[in-house]
Amino acid sequence: MSDALNIIQDPTLTYKQELLALARLGESTDDSLRYSDEYYEAKRKGALCDLNEGVMPYRPRYICPDYELLFQKGCKFLALDPPKDLLEAVNVLEIFYCHVPSITSFPVYLGDLDRLLEPFVVREDRSFAKKVLGLFLRNIDRVQTDSFVHADIGPEDSVTARILLELTEEMQLAVPNLTLKYDPEKTSDDFALACVRCMLKTAKPSFANHRMFVREWGERYAIASCYNGLSIGGGGFTLPRLRLYECALDAKSADDFLTRELPRHIDLQLEYMDRRVKFIVEQSSFFKTNFLVTEGFVKLENFTGMFGVVGLAECCNHLLGIRDKKQGFGMNPEATALGLRIMDAIDARVKAHEAPYCDAYGHRYRLHAQVGIDTDGMDDSPGTRIPIGVEPTMLEQLEVNEKFHPYFPTGTGDIFKFEETWLKTPDAILAIIKGSLANGLRYFSGYLENNDVVRVTGYLVKKSEIEKLRAKKQSLNNVTVFGMGAQDGGHALDRRVQKHDSAGQ
Amino acid sequence: MPSTGESRSMIAPVNKIIPFSNVDGPGNRTSIFFQGCPFNCLFCHNPETIHLCKGCGLCVKGCPTGALRLTDGAVEWDGGRCVQCDACIRTCPHDASPRIRWMTVEDVVKEVRRAAPYIEGITTSGGECTLHNEFLIALFTEVRKLGKTCLIDSNGSFDFERDPRVLAVSEGVMLDVKAVEKGWSDTLISHPRDTVLKNLDWLLAAGKLYEVRTILFPNRDRENAETVRYVAEHIGDRCFYKIIRYRPYGVREKYQKLLGEFETDPDYAERYASLARECGAARAYVV
Repeated sequence: MSDALNIIQDPTLTYKQELLALARLGESTDDSLRYSDEYYEAKRKGALCDLNEGVMPYRPRYICPDYELLFQKGCKFLALDPPKDLLEAVNVLEIFYCHVPSITSFPVYLGDLDRLLEPFVVREDRSFAKKVLGLFLRNIDRVQTDSFVHADIGPEDSVTARILLELTEEMQLAVPNLTLKYDPEKTSDDFALACVRCMLKTAKPSFANHRMFVREWGERYAIASCYNGLSIGGGGFTLPRLRLYECALDAKSADDFLTRELPRHIDLQLEYMDRRVKFIVEQSSFFKTNFLVTEGFVKLENFTGMFGVVGLAECCNHLLGIRDKKQGFGMNPEATALGLRIMDAIDARVKAHEAPYCDAYGHRYRLHAQVGIDTDGMDDSPGTRIPIGVEPTMLEQLEVNEKFHPYFPTGTGDIFKFEETWLKTPDAILAIIKGSLANGLRYFSGYLENNDVVRVTGYLVKKSEIEKLRAKKQSLNNVTVFGMGAQDGGHALDRRVQKHDSAGQ
Repeated sequence: MPSTGESRSMIAPVNKIIPFSNVDGPGNRTSIFFQGCPFNCLFCHNPETIHLCKGCGLCVKGCPTGALRLTDGAVEWDGGRCVQCDACIRTCPHDASPRIRWMTVEDVVKEVRRAAPYIEGITTSGGECTLHNEFLIALFTEVRKLGKTCLIDSNGSFDFERDPRVLAVSEGVMLDVKAVEKGWSDTLISHPRDTVLKNLDWLLAAGKLYEVRTILFPNRDRENAETVRYVAEHIGDRCFYKIIRYRPYGVREKYQKLLGEFETDPDYAERYASLARECGAARAYVV
C-alpha cells in the first residue's frame, strides 16, 4: 500500500489531518536541500533528529506576528481595518490567525491577549465582554485545532485576563495553551492566585519567568507553542535536536564525549540549521512575498534558530555507567555536575558559531530544551528533565531544574502534578512558584491529577480525546495522537504526584 | 534561655522533615516531626512516633535491605539503604521507630535554609514537639533570622502559661482538642485533658492560638458533639477550627476495631462544621 493510500484510509484522521499528512508526503518528494553524509549517518543512528520538520521548508517553524501593529494599521492583504470595538477586534484576530503559517500550519502564538483586548473590553459591559470572549475561545478551539496554539497574559492584572481565566475554567478546553508572564513586582498576588487555581483545574496557565525572558529578549517577547521564548514580530526558523543519549553511545568516557563526540554532533546540527535557515530565507518565498513580511508583521532580523537538546538525564547516566535511574541524574550530584559540564560545552560552542541572519541576536542561535516526541520512548527524557517515575521530592527537583533552566532562552519547563488538597491552598503553590522563579526556574506548569485536560510534555491534551483515538475514532485536535504516543511510550502522564504528607492525625 | 554553647550541643530525635507541606498551617511550610509523645491516642495513625527506640533489635532481622544494625544495644539506621518499606515499624512492639535522626539545631536549620526560598515558615510537630522545648526555642530563634514564621503543632500537654518562652519566638500554636468529656478523654488519649483545656483558654487570651483541631469518630455522636460545641463556644471567630474526619489508615489494628474500620462520612463532618459555626466558630472547616 502506498503512503498516500494509508493516509486517506486511516479512520482516525480528520479531513484536515489527512490534508496535512498528504502535504508532508508531497514535500518529501523533493530532496534538493542536502546535508553532509556524516549528518545523515548521525540522523540514521538517532543522535540527531529533525523533528519531522519536512525536507523542503516553505515557512519558518514558528511565527509570532506583531498583533499590536495589526490593531494599529490593519492588514492590507486581508483587507482588515484597525478594529474599533471588541467585536471587530476579535473578528480581526480570528481571520488573521487562519493566515499565520507554522510547522503545524496553525498559529503557535495568538498574542498577549489581555494587553491587546483590554482597551476594547473595558468599554463594554462585563457580561457582554465575557460572552464575546467565550465565543472567541470556542472559535480558537474548533478552528485552530492544535494544542501548540498558544496565548499569553500578564504580567499585570486586567479585566480581560480575569475573564479569560473564568472562561478557561468553565470551558475546559485543550486549546489554546496559555502562559502567565509572571513578575513579582508587576503581578499581584491576587491575580497570581487566580492563575494558580485555574492552572490546577485546567492545566493552564503556566508561569513564565518574565524577568528572565525580558533580560534575554527585551519586553517584546512571546511564549509560543509549548513554552518557547521568541521575539514578537519574529520567531524561530527551525528546531532540530541533539538526542544526547544517542550522541553518547559511541563515547568511551565522559571526557571523550565532551572533547570528541559532543562537539562533532553539535557541529553537524549547526550545519543542518545553517543550510536550512539559508534555504528558508533565500529559496522559499516566505520572506520575499508573504504578507506577514511585506506588511511588517514579522521582520527577518527578529528570527533565530533554535538549537534543541533532549535526553540529558539518560546521557549523563550512560556516561557514568549508572544503570538504576533512581541513583542517577536528579538524585546524584555527580550526574548533575556532569549535566552542567555538558550544557556549558553546548552553550559555549553554539554561542561561538556565527549563524546566518539572526541579526537581532548577534547572528547567534539560541538553546532550546525540547520536550520530546511521542516516539522517544524512555530513552530520552524531555530536555534536561529528571526522568518520569524517579522524580525526587519537589524541593530536590526544583533545585536541579533551577540550575538548567537559564541555558534555554528559547524555552524549557517543568511540570508538577498535584493531588486535590492543593486546590485548597493555592497560596502554598504560589510560594513555591515565587521561590523557584527567583532561583532561576524559567517556566513552571502544574495540574491536578484527576483533570481531563492534562499537560503531557509541554502541550495539553484531553484524556477523554486519547480514549477516542484508542477506540479508532477521530479526534479534532491534531495533537491528541502525540499525547497517546507519549503516554504509551514515555509514561508521560505518570509523573510523581505531589501529595500532602503529614504525620499528625 | 539556653546559652549559645548549650544550643549548639543540644540534640533532639527527629522522625522526619517534610520540606513542602500545605496542610500544616498557612502557605507552604517545612514540617519537622519530633519523636516521642506523652499521649497514647487510640486513633494515632503514626504510633511509631510515640516512644523512643529501646534498642531491643527485633526490627533488625526483618529489614529487607540491611539498613538496620544493632551496635552496643542501639539500633543504627542507614538512611541511604532504607527504602521506606515500613517493615521495621510494623515489627516494633514498643510503638517506636529505628528511623530517627538525632539532630542539632544547626542540622535542622540547614534543612530549613534549603527550603527557605519556597516556604512561608516552619511547623514543628510530632510526636509532641513541646517535649523538646529548649530545642524549639533555639530552633525558632534561628529560623526567625531567616525571616520565616514558626508554628507549633501541639497536643496541648505542655503548660504554656507556666513556661511561655517558646511563644515569644513563635507565631502561635495549632492545638489538638481531642476530647472534652473526662471519661471519653481518659479512654481516647490515655492522659488527663486538663492542661489541654487550660491551654485552649490561655493561648486564646494570649493571642497565640492559630487553630484548633478535632477529629470526628464514627458512631460517637454524643462525644463528637460535646467536643465540637465546647471548642466552638470557647474560640468563637478568634482562630480557625479544623474538623478532621477519622480515617482508619495507619491506626493500630486493635484500636481500629474499637473506633471503626471506616472513615467518617464527609456529610456527617459538614454537619458538625455547621454546628461549630452555629456555636460561634465562624472559621470552622472540614478536611
